[in-house]
Amino acid sequence: MTMLSLSSSPHHHNRRDIGQVMRIVCYATIPGIVANIWFFGFGILIQIVLAIITALVTEGVIMELRRKKTERVLKDYSAVLAALLLAISIPPLAPWWVIVIGTFFAIAIVKQLYGGLGYNMFNPAMAAYVMLLISFPMQMTSWLPPLSIAEQSHTLWDAIHTVFTGFTSTGFNVEQLKVGVDGTTMATPLDEVKTALLQGYTVTEAATDIIFDGAYGKGWLWVSIAYLLGGLLLIKNKVISWHIPGSMLASATLLSLSLFLIDGDQYASPLFHIFNGSLIIGAFFIATDPVSASTTIKGRLIFGAAIGFWVIIIRNWGGYPDAIAFAVLIMNMAVPLIDYYTQPRTYGHKNKTSKDS
Amino acid sequence: MFSNYDQIIERLSLNQLWDFPGGVHPPQQKKLSNQSNIEFLQLEPTYYVPVKQHIGVEGKLLVAQGERILKGQLLTASEAPFSVPVHAPTSGIVAKITQHVSAHPSGIPELSVIIDADGQDTWTELKPVPDYAKTTKSELIQRICDAGISGMGGAGFPTHIKTNNNKPLEFLIINGIECEPYISSDDRLMREHAWQIRQGIDILVHILRPKQVIIAVEDNKPEALETMSIACQQKNNYQVVNVPTKYPAGGEKQLVQVLTSREVPSNGLPIDVGCIMYNVATCYAIADAIVEGKPLIERVVTLTGRGFKSPKNVWARVGTPIQSLLLHGDYDANTQSSPRFIMGGPMMGFTVTSVLTPIVKISNCILVPADNELPHPEDERACIRCSACSDVCPASLLPQQLFWYSKSKELEKAEEYNLFDCIECGACAYVCPSEIPLVHYYRQAKADIRNQREEKEKSDKAKVRFEARTARLQQEKEAREEKYRLAAEARKASMNKDGGAAKDKIAAALARAKAKKEAFAKEAENAQSAEKIKTKENASEVTDSSALPKTKVMSVDEVATKVSASQTEKNDSSTKNSVDGDAAAAKRKRVAAAVAKAKAKKLAADKAKKENEEL
Repeated sequence: MTMLSLSSSPHHHNRRDIGQVMRIVCYATIPGIVANIWFFGFGILIQIVLAIITALVTEGVIMELRRKKTERVLKDYSAVLAALLLAISIPPLAPWWVIVIGTFFAIAIVKQLYGGLGYNMFNPAMAAYVMLLISFPMQMTSWLPPLSIAEQSHTLWDAIHTVFTGFTSTGFNVEQLKVGVDGTTMATPLDEVKTALLQGYTVTEAATDIIFDGAYGKGWLWVSIAYLLGGLLLIKNKVISWHIPGSMLASATLLSLSLFLIDGDQYASPLFHIFNGSLIIGAFFIATDPVSASTTIKGRLIFGAAIGFWVIIIRNWGGYPDAIAFAVLIMNMAVPLIDYYTQPRTYGHKNKTSKDS
Repeated sequence: MFSNYDQIIERLSLNQLWDFPGGVHPPQQKKLSNQSNIEFLQLEPTYYVPVKQHIGVEGKLLVAQGERILKGQLLTASEAPFSVPVHAPTSGIVAKITQHVSAHPSGIPELSVIIDADGQDTWTELKPVPDYAKTTKSELIQRICDAGISGMGGAGFPTHIKTNNNKPLEFLIINGIECEPYISSDDRLMREHAWQIRQGIDILVHILRPKQVIIAVEDNKPEALETMSIACQQKNNYQVVNVPTKYPAGGEKQLVQVLTSREVPSNGLPIDVGCIMYNVATCYAIADAIVEGKPLIERVVTLTGRGFKSPKNVWARVGTPIQSLLLHGDYDANTQSSPRFIMGGPMMGFTVTSVLTPIVKISNCILVPADNELPHPEDERACIRCSACSDVCPASLLPQQLFWYSKSKELEKAEEYNLFDCIECGACAYVCPSEIPLVHYYRQAKADIRNQREEKEKSDKAKVRFEARTARLQQEKEAREEKYRLAAEARKASMNKDGGAAKDKIAAALARAKAKKEAFAKEAENAQSAEKIKTKENASEVTDSSALPKTKVMSVDEVATKVSASQTEKNDSSTKNSVDGDAAAAKRKRVAAAVAKAKAKKLAADKAKKENEEL
């Protein structure tokens, strides 16, 4: 008799595998990346290419060492996504070795040493970002002004040249590229406000700087909006749920609004906080990393809200101008606890360990 | 959480239902098989009827090998309350009663009656109930049991047990949801036999007296919904409701929640929230059993999937091997790289291990998917904790945690996360992007836990027994020691109380003992002397036999012999002594002779010397 082939139920599958999910997230960053290139030049593209190559090589070598199915693992695109997220988080013209070290750290240490995909406690991109920020503070804070107000414009070739040699093809270094049309060195809007506040200016006074366009940094606003668009597409396609980005933006808004209403001179408005820096990227692309985020519905709300809270706290009182990475890492550590106390009530059960009402 | 009756009725009348959490929307594929009428099959040459086809215990076999049987004849008797009989699907001869591959994922052989059909298909005598409305509840329930009816929706729970209800019942729910993709057997049954289903419902209403009957049909079956509505329109308290299509809306617990917003308690039954649920096919079978007197020997089975050239629904007798259904649906082997036949639907069905697997009372579908239709799952990847599974879980479990604990065999944790509330609907595995066979892990963990429980129960019992024994022995020992202690104390106490008397007592006891000893010694002496006297008497007996008491009959000869024997003995011993003496005397004589000889020799030598000297 011929052997019948056997399988376990269900025999049906909706055909969306990890690789597909990860790829969709990658695609969703495209609007933001395009906007970034438009306003800040081609640097980001070079960082992305370097990061992805480093990630694939690192992951591939480790898979070979662990004797796993290398090709199959690489095809899950998780390494590509982690590299991509790190690349869009660092200054576009940072030296090549920064992103290479960072990506290697993200993949080899944060992800694989914890057991590989699914086992890492921390968000690899954010852990690597923090490592880079602490190790190479100068390179990691050399953000460029938008091209429209930069004294020196740079081409794709200039960007490549700068990333690999530190100088453009015409001999300018990053410091020189940072100089705006008014002759002063430019900083990010968040930096600018922080410095101004330290010097005794008000937020409103700080916002008169050339890098600002109303309350928002020139270029930064549109980059944020482009990432927001990509994020909303992810929610629409059910790749991520609204809970984490929703609660994160809501709590950041609420907290910054309260502070703003208390003292508008000392504390920036909610819109300033949302559309400057990487709050949008953080809310839709970083904090939603499934592996290191909370898994229950209520847990996700708490997780997101807490990140939003920490971001505003650190931005206002911390030593760093932006705080997504720190906030995410802090909450990564709290995930097991959150998950434990937010278990949903099972069908037919009375409330037990969960805090359900 | 517990909506009251009136609220529910009001919402039902507006077809405003509740929802259950989670759920998935796999492609329906119902159109593949629901386009034509249910077909009848030709008689099979051989049927394989498993003795047990439901939850509970199997009945006792009533037929023997070689016996001629009629269609509908009882093959087993139900003796235990949880047993349901099985009947002959056609007339013929019992060819064998043996182990045959089971309609179970494992395919483990189970006891089956193998029947060679005679082609006549002759019914046994049927005993319909003339008017069920005038028949008692218990009689009807007995009839349902005798007809071999167990839940036909999938679980196979004995219907008579469910129907024998004494708790207050608000909603009798008739399940026509059929939420599994592909399957259309209930759909066709409702379309073609709505009246008979209604009859079955009427009988159940007569027995159970519910306040309200709800007939629930998923909105992907508009024709069935219409026929059921027409069949039930004269009844005031029958409400046909249109349930939004979502898998697994047809799960018992989920449907109760959708219709009433109530939740069946964990480890409880729907009756705990005032509901009882029957599948439409079960209602049809109940009508058959009561009105026609026919036992449950056939059911509608969907033959579907792109592996069939002509998918359809058929009336298949219980015990039909699926190979003949494959033939009937024009199975196209070219569509499959390796043959794969699923009994049941794509979400909860199982692959059969043999084409001789029989149709049983709960088999509603044979699904033969083409290779590209339901591809084999790829190797599982790591769980990325995306919680897509918990988003679709209808029981609001955390499947990713259950998976984690099931895989790492942390069974206690798995139980803590309510593993046993998993209904194995497969929604989680359906959406899992890592293609982890989650349900498979849960089944394994459940089986492991059940085994552990059994073992624990056994060892607990043994432990209890052992501890009881140890305790008993200890108790006995203590009681014994206590007794000794009390006795010793009492002795001591009485000694202290009147020491003199006690001493006297001891002295008396000693004296008694001494006296006893002396008496004993005396006795022994007496006995010795008595023996001597006896011997003397014996001697006198010999000399004066006439003086012997009459009772002691001993002839003179005998006595003489005895005496002479004793004398001979004495002589012997004296002879021995004399022999000893003779030996010594002989020695002496020999020595004396030798001395004499030597003397004589000396004398002779001296004489010869003298003679030589003289010469």
